[in-house]
Amino acid sequence: MYRIRFHGRGGQGMKTASRILGTAFFLEGLEVQDAPRYGAECRGAPIFAYVRASRSPINERGIIRCPDLVIIADDSLVTVPAAGVLAGVTDQTFMLVSTSEKAVTWSHRLNFAGSILTLPTPVEITDRMELRFVGATCAGAAARLCGIITSATLEQAVREELTGLPSSVIERNLEKALEGYTLMAEHEGCIKEKAMLSAEQYEVPEWINLPFEKASISAPVIHSSLTSELMPTGLWRTMRPVIDREHCKKCWWICSTSCPDGAIDIDADNNPQIDYEHCKGCLTCVTVCPSHAIQAIPEHKNPTSEETGS
Amino acid sequence: MTRKLLTGNGAAAWGARLAVVDYIPAFPITPQTEIIENLENWIDNEQMPARMVTLESEHSMITAAGAAAATGVRVFSATSSQGLLYAMEMLYTVAGWRAPFVLVNVSRGLSAPITLEPDHNDIMAARDSGFLQIHCADCQEVLDSVLIAYRLGEDERVRLPVIVNLDGFYLSFTREPVEIPDPQAVAHFLPPYDPENIRFRASTPISQAVAVLGGTPYSYFRYESHLAAQKALEVYDEITAEFAEEFGRPREALESYRTEDAEYLFFQIGSFATKAREAVDRLRESGWAIGLLRPRLFRPLPEKHIRQALAGKKGVAVIDQNLAAGRGGVLYSELASVLFGHANMPGILTSFIGGLGGRDISTEEYFEMAMVTRQAVTDGEAPSPRLLYTETELREVQKLQAIANMERIELGAKP
Repeated sequence: MYRIRFHGRGGQGMKTASRILGTAFFLEGLEVQDAPRYGAECRGAPIFAYVRASRSPINERGIIRCPDLVIIADDSLVTVPAAGVLAGVTDQTFMLVSTSEKAVTWSHRLNFAGSILTLPTPVEITDRMELRFVGATCAGAAARLCGIITSATLEQAVREELTGLPSSVIERNLEKALEGYTLMAEHEGCIKEKAMLSAEQYEVPEWINLPFEKASISAPVIHSSLTSELMPTGLWRTMRPVIDREHCKKCWWICSTSCPDGAIDIDADNNPQIDYEHCKGCLTCVTVCPSHAIQAIPEHKNPTSEETGS
Repeated sequence: MTRKLLTGNGAAAWGARLAVVDYIPAFPITPQTEIIENLENWIDNEQMPARMVTLESEHSMITAAGAAAATGVRVFSATSSQGLLYAMEMLYTVAGWRAPFVLVNVSRGLSAPITLEPDHNDIMAARDSGFLQIHCADCQEVLDSVLIAYRLGEDERVRLPVIVNLDGFYLSFTREPVEIPDPQAVAHFLPPYDPENIRFRASTPISQAVAVLGGTPYSYFRYESHLAAQKALEVYDEITAEFAEEFGRPREALESYRTEDAEYLFFQIGSFATKAREAVDRLRESGWAIGLLRPRLFRPLPEKHIRQALAGKKGVAVIDQNLAAGRGGVLYSELASVLFGHANMPGILTSFIGGLGGRDISTEEYFEMAMVTRQAVTDGEAPSPRLLYTETELREVQKLQAIANMERIELGAKP
């Protein structure tokens, strides 16, 4: 059985990628199971999707815990624990990362003994609208890595999955899918069908007896203000609002009251300060600022503290 | 016939489309909404000659479904979790009207705390409502079960509403290859509805909800519903024999997977049972005599089928994806009552609670449940019911508790 997991952010087309790959396998005559796992259901929030494909009926079900191939459409997710990118990864796993960095850099960073492949992305993204096609590229790359999907089948799968969209969008996705497919030519077939788990030798689950705890501990009660503080939702951000102090008129209440997350505070001198731990990058402040003093910059540019004015 | 990839929700919608339903009262709820979206899309594009009405709540939705069914038309509706519970008053009421329709429930755990992910506490809450229940293990079965449900509910010997249950996420959002049968073949298996004397019209009012006092007529009406639900078992067997002939897929009341020579069995309902099938295959490879029993039909429960299948077996691992607070697993209790007092039944039932709120059950856990059951048979004593929960999971919760504790300290409470 092939077991493949796609990780990305809401809006990057991970569900579509899994469906393109699933349909491609199906068209090649395999039994298939594909599914997205929704979480925050928010643009920019981590999402993953998975595909199983096999020559015989599939009885496995649910999230793939030990994937043969993990595809990471957005390398900033690696450090987000909730994204679970590295879950179940072993030295037998292949990782395909869409990144501007080298594979060896990721191997070192993650101390990862398995194989890392990359889909190169430019350091500077000139057209952010292009980002939405990354899913198609990933699907095309995955199709090639599995070695049993022809480019004609991939094309048919893209067309089937995108039926109803404008033809320009379909063509662009197709182009990106085939680009991913071509890029992986030298690794064609490196993902093999893996055997099923054996009952001879298996890791015994570490079941415990859940201890009794009083309701003062065990009731599902959270204190919203403090919990919000401790949950770093800023990790969802792909674009960062940055205040240009020269042009900021300190009218203070417009950006701070418009922020849906209450992530803009005002200091003693009436300077708005953005709390990047919790700013989700919705860019409402950028839109409402009357003096156009808030800019949006891609998150990966990682501006200095001076630039962010904090 | 076409074979294509469909989600469980897509398969449910196709079932309703092929059944040529007349009326669909609807209310959205995750993870069910996709069913309604599919149907309204087809209706808008004139691919389906049905009427859809969105109601203001599930309570009204089930009332509308029952009222429409009482006019003698074919009715379909769908809900999940909190929606099913919000409709609970009307579930019991419309079942008492004896006007059949089909309701799909996409299982999802109940609040509080709230979740979107599946377990069976919602559908178990409707266990005693008078609705019959069919539980699905894969997407193909969802489509097939909707068709079977109409035949079953509409049969003159039954005339009860039927719930078709599928698990949220694990089926609702999961695509699998599904054979969509030809409409002609479906029409042959499921002809247009003959409602007999069910024909409420505004011009000739009837009452579906007579007041009865003193208990005598009440007992009669309620027990007749019970007898009809029991009758539904033999009707189901007849219908699924026809279904198998028409479509080649046996949909028996009780799935028996590799049970003939088995000494041990898993006992489970719903989509996780395919995981049990997988574990059975792997355990068999290592020499185990083990199988799976899965009731498709949960109401009525195919008691005789179960006793037949369990005669002479040594031990059964019962896996409940529900939790009756203060009692334990519902399936476990049900199975124990089916076996008690009958000769040659397995002496050991082990009880496992797992899969609550979408918590997965791993293949290794199935292996271990088999081991525990075999050990219990050797010891002659079943261990206490076991929640499938690992040390790592507890550590994860303790991490959350550490945050909660910090809050308490900051808010000035004693740690």
